[in-house]
Amino acid sequence: MSYFGDIASATKTLISGMKITGRYFFVNFFTRKEIITVEYPDNIDTLKMFDRFRGEIVMYHDENNQHRCDACTMCEIACPNGSIEIIWDKAINEETGKPKKFLEEHIYHLEMCTMCGLCIEACPADAIMWGQNFHHATQDRSHLTKSLNQPGSSFIPGYKNPKK
Amino acid sequence: MTANKTIITDFLVDQMQMPVDIAFWVEIVVVAAVYLGVFALLGLFLVWMERRAAAFFQQRLGPNRRGPAGLFQTIADALKLVSKEITGTEKRDKFLYTIAPYFVIVTALMALAVLPFSQELQAFDINLGVFFITSVSSVAVIGIFLAGWASNNKFSLLGGMRSGIQMISYELSIGMVIVAMTVLTGTLQLSEIISFQQEHGWSIWSGHIPAIIGFMIFMIAGTAESNRTPFDLVEAESELGSGYHSEYSGMNFAYYFLAEFVNMFIISAMVVILFFGGWLSPFGITDGIPYVGVFWFVFKTLGVVMLMMWFRWTFPRFRIDQLLTLEWKYLIPISMVNIVFMALVVWLGLTF
Repeated sequence: MSYFGDIASATKTLISGMKITGRYFFVNFFTRKEIITVEYPDNIDTLKMFDRFRGEIVMYHDENNQHRCDACTMCEIACPNGSIEIIWDKAINEETGKPKKFLEEHIYHLEMCTMCGLCIEACPADAIMWGQNFHHATQDRSHLTKSLNQPGSSFIPGYKNPKK
Repeated sequence: MTANKTIITDFLVDQMQMPVDIAFWVEIVVVAAVYLGVFALLGLFLVWMERRAAAFFQQRLGPNRRGPAGLFQTIADALKLVSKEITGTEKRDKFLYTIAPYFVIVTALMALAVLPFSQELQAFDINLGVFFITSVSSVAVIGIFLAGWASNNKFSLLGGMRSGIQMISYELSIGMVIVAMTVLTGTLQLSEIISFQQEHGWSIWSGHIPAIIGFMIFMIAGTAESNRTPFDLVEAESELGSGYHSEYSGMNFAYYFLAEFVNMFIISAMVVILFFGGWLSPFGITDGIPYVGVFWFVFKTLGVVMLMMWFRWTFPRFRIDQLLTLEWKYLIPISMVNIVFMALVVWLGLTF
């Protein structure tokens, strides 16, 4: 490009950049409409985290306090640092008369979890998923060891894994 | 020494029964103290303004907790810096290391003395006003060199050299633009530059094309001169590790920081005086009312400061070779041609 062509194109491109930031400034100065800052502790009542936020791992329970986990231990195997321990037992299935695994307790060590999500990818039944809660600070480390299945919950009878 | 007739000396001599010579010195001390106080606060205000404006440019909120709209945030920051320990490298040159920040801050405050805030409010109406500002503010380079040298740190030294190159180079084109505008106004005295504009309209109007070219060069060179993005190779926190003031802490560091903002105010004030009529109101709507000029002067200056902040939060940083290419291959030749162009325009009587 020529000497004066350089100057002209520089002016043009600089002005097109300033247009964008200038629009941000004037919109935000007068209306605060495009501000994306979240004033966290003030909006704690209305704060809604977005769906993909990785706060913790939770287990899905329906309205009858029933979950989809049939204790296949895929998540326990997938977890790279042993954050998940599954306690299971076998019971006779009344319909078929065969022994079948059932979940006693799904133990989740939040203090070891790195939120990598491999367990959720590994789960064939979508029994566990991301929860959006991030208020995890406690006074005692033992509070971070959680039991994901709610007390008294049971496996959805006859639930079939769509992927199995 | 003979005292001029001013409001303060009149008051001291007539009301307080003070001898004229003593009143003269008392006046100097009072004015200096007032300027110092006002511009320390101005520096803090500009830091706050920069942070708020930056936030809006980047779709953030900025400091908004301390005081109304976060106004006291920078005062809190300054108090924190005052309370911090002043550290330094083991083998630093203690004398030079200590005085280097004062070179920068004192020269910044000295240049403020000649600014005409209104027809009535000007501390020091020297007949070489523009020349005084450029010469005094170029002494700040010494403070930066000294800081780089006295820190006894090779990176500080390199940073000092880098910013020295930058500030000395860009002073040239600032000087050329000032020469061009002097050709138009025919004086170096700041109050006369403004009274010229009162008669002929603001310089950017009466000098039309060469004045607009001069304005653009002055804005670019002024941004570089006050070491702001896109020319902030001096500190460049993320890439070059803060340059000459990397070994400074506490209030010594804050002096550099404040001086940067006061320098920005001075450059903007120079733009306003040279191109936008200083304290003159647009279309003369408030002419004849005393001290309203202060409002217009500060209003226009903050407008130009805003423009510099706009530059800062839009443009990416230059490389050092690009920076010198811009100055030596573009700005200096154009500003040289601009002087001749301006002289032709004035000679042929094409000004308004």
